[in-house]
Amino acid sequence: MDTPYAIEMVNITKRFPGIIANDNITLQLRKGEIHALLGENGAGKSTLMSVLFGLYQAEEGVIKKDGKEVKINNPNDANDLGIGMVHQHFKLVQCFTVLENIILGVESTKNGVLQMEEARKKVKALSEKYGLQVDPDAKIEDITVGMQQRTEILKMLFRDNEILIFDEPTAVLTPQEIEELMQIMRNLRAEGKSILFITHKLNEIKAVADRVTVLRRGKYIGTVDVATTSKEEMSRMMVGRDVNMVVDKAPAHPGKTILKVENMTVASKMHANNAVKNVSFEVHEGEIVCIAGIDGNGQTEFVYGLTGMEPLVDGKITLCDEDITRWSIRQRSKLLSHIPEDRHKHGLVLDYPLEYNMVLQRYYQPEFTSKAGFLKRPEIRAYSERLEAEHDVRSGQGSITIARAMSGGNQQKAIIAREIDKDHKLLVAVQPTRGLDVGAIEGVHRNLIKERDNGRAVLLISLELEEVMNVPDRILVMYEGEIVGELDPKKTTVEELGLYMAGAKRNVTVNANTSEIEHSEVVDTAAGRKEEK
Amino acid sequence: MKEKKNLIKNPSFQAILTSLICIVLGLFIGFIVLLLINPAGAGEAIKTILINFMSRSSSIARMKALGNTLAKSAPLLMCALSICFCYKVGLFNIGAPGQYEAGACIGLYAALAWHCNWVVCLILAAIAGAIVGAVSGALKAYRNVNEVISGIMLNWIILYTTNMILAKVKDPTSPYTIKLSTGNKSALIPTAGLNTLFSNNKSVTLAIPFAILFAILIWVILSKTKFGYELRATGFNKEAAKYAGMKEKQNIIITLAIGGALAGIGAAFLFLTGYQEWSTTQSSVPAMGFNGIAATFLGGLHPIGTIFASFFIQSITDGGALINKSIYPSQISDLISAIIIYLCGFVLFFKFAINNWIGKRDKGGPNVNDVPVKDDAAKAEGGDK
Repeated sequence: MDTPYAIEMVNITKRFPGIIANDNITLQLRKGEIHALLGENGAGKSTLMSVLFGLYQAEEGVIKKDGKEVKINNPNDANDLGIGMVHQHFKLVQCFTVLENIILGVESTKNGVLQMEEARKKVKALSEKYGLQVDPDAKIEDITVGMQQRTEILKMLFRDNEILIFDEPTAVLTPQEIEELMQIMRNLRAEGKSILFITHKLNEIKAVADRVTVLRRGKYIGTVDVATTSKEEMSRMMVGRDVNMVVDKAPAHPGKTILKVENMTVASKMHANNAVKNVSFEVHEGEIVCIAGIDGNGQTEFVYGLTGMEPLVDGKITLCDEDITRWSIRQRSKLLSHIPEDRHKHGLVLDYPLEYNMVLQRYYQPEFTSKAGFLKRPEIRAYSERLEAEHDVRSGQGSITIARAMSGGNQQKAIIAREIDKDHKLLVAVQPTRGLDVGAIEGVHRNLIKERDNGRAVLLISLELEEVMNVPDRILVMYEGEIVGELDPKKTTVEELGLYMAGAKRNVTVNANTSEIEHSEVVDTAAGRKEEK
Repeated sequence: MKEKKNLIKNPSFQAILTSLICIVLGLFIGFIVLLLINPAGAGEAIKTILINFMSRSSSIARMKALGNTLAKSAPLLMCALSICFCYKVGLFNIGAPGQYEAGACIGLYAALAWHCNWVVCLILAAIAGAIVGAVSGALKAYRNVNEVISGIMLNWIILYTTNMILAKVKDPTSPYTIKLSTGNKSALIPTAGLNTLFSNNKSVTLAIPFAILFAILIWVILSKTKFGYELRATGFNKEAAKYAGMKEKQNIIITLAIGGALAGIGAAFLFLTGYQEWSTTQSSVPAMGFNGIAATFLGGLHPIGTIFASFFIQSITDGGALINKSIYPSQISDLISAIIIYLCGFVLFFKFAINNWIGKRDKGGPNVNDVPVKDDAAKAEGGDK
């Protein structure tokens, strides 16, 4: 033992009905190291962290702090032991200031009156020490996502936590903000804090972590030194086989225009401004166009406008030479397939069996409903079984499985099967790989490319940089509801893409047609970017 | 062992089992209350409640009493179907009493003022109920007003409106509406000979088989048709229904209108049999609509199950009225049936408990694919009303 461990989780086993979420897992965090916890979705990372936080009790195994066994029965115990966590979705009170959020729960009072000055001094000292720039008096709803994250980090430091857990901290950040975060983590390590970094992004592990522990399907795969392990090796440990990290595809052969969006404007449900402003572009048959951007920059509202789920404030949509601006969702669905962003909210009726979900877009057609209005159950069953076989949708009881009981990957496969099989000219795929493991992602990308090669137009909306760089033939960047850039994925870099996503750069002026690209540097407005959710 | 385990996982078996548990528990607590008030007559009283018409001395009286219970079960079943149907579409139709009142109002007014025959009265009652239901539906669909709030308020609005309108056709010497047998015989639902089976009980009419047919019809609509597919999809997940191009707002209004029509017909099934007249001075919402809620849950939220549940609830209500009034205060019958009905509402709770127990027993056995992701489970727990 070269360094004593800050926290050890030894031989942890945690079972849930029907599943062993953690099977004999050992995780040892050294003092003053950045230790990455790597695994796909469902590998057991969250469960392990919940055990560490006392949200779940492990059936077997012990937790040791500084070599001594400890019992953690609830999150308060974890706090007392100096364990703090930055959650993937921040736990901040939107209408409170940064300072108020930091002291929330540990306020010092005098005769029932809050004592803010002391806290302010401490926060100031901490933010200078670790290079965490925040404005203590700004309200959370007014500051950037990056600053909200720094507030979360300050919350942990304010409570004198020694063990800091970061749960997928980079998912909501721009490449530039990610770089800043990495630097902050290095500073924290230099001051002797121990960091547990949960992620599935290999680049980030390579950039900051000292060691990495890999989990796969609830099992402990191993702990290795990051410096001496290649990304490919880590990926193999995580997935259990070689993964093709580059998407194979032939050059695109775009044909005639399928979708033409002109000056589309969509209102926002969150605020008085429009969420989508004056967006114009075209998608041709045989090409994949990707709308990239940070979450909450109008992509969701754009898709609602395009698919008819929300009315347009202004603008015109032409699909296959027909003006569909006033068409209903049902009318549009004859030309357009839509893989929705949220498969639980929109894509599936979770309480319906798989077979009913397979016909969700087609149940009313004569193939599945008789003239008298009765469902043709045998036809529905046969159709569902065909799709399941063709797209390798796996479920416990086949067609009669309730959709809720299926795994996320198979739910997504079912939606993709349904949308691809139905007649359409344009496929709108919104974050089609969200929450899927590496193997499933590969399959989704293959399907998108197959669609393209079959001569359909594909519009991909994605937040994942890797996907944005590899899958599409053309990238449009959306920032605060506007298309601010059109890029060629073969010629651009992640860094450049990041600048567009952060609103620091734009090459398309507001009303311009997509073909007239104008290069013009715009002042850095990144600081003004707001998280809209 | 394996077969037993599968049986308990079977949803229909679970529904029946939980309903039985509720009934037993309700009777047990009712029995304790009786014991507390007066131990001497408790056993006899609970027996009377349970066997209801069987406690009558002669077989003629028994059949007559059974006929009365059946005659009142039919409107209860219609109210239960109204609530069940809406519940399947994710709407809690607590406005059923109001829709029932509207049905009674227009049904009786048409019979007594316009001298319509029973078919016309029935149709008008259905339309009246449907309109009241549609008001709640429209408020829900276009203004997102909770159907529970608008339903409860409409219950009272319609009650007093009904009193006002029916006062025009009331008997001059009493607060009740004119008897159909004197006012308009053609408005009475035909007995079609059914009365002869129940000791010539004239309240036993075609309403009873009609109510059962409605239950079957609702079941077929919900489970076999395109319309039912859409409605249930809307109930399970409004957003997904919208995504699939269903007109979810229209569906909400149609659902509550159909629910209203069912409750309206329910009222007609009571008042057009001549069993009872409307009291124009009544100041409480008729219990029929609310008892329908209990019958729906006790019936396992299944149209066919509600047939039996409605009969059971009506039977214990009638049985309660037969308790020896010299030992127990007269309110006891309502109290006991209320306790049992209240316990019926716990059906979902017991269902949850049984599934929890199965889950605990089955733990182990790693099968990653079969387990829903964590946030799913959370939604599932929170989603149930």
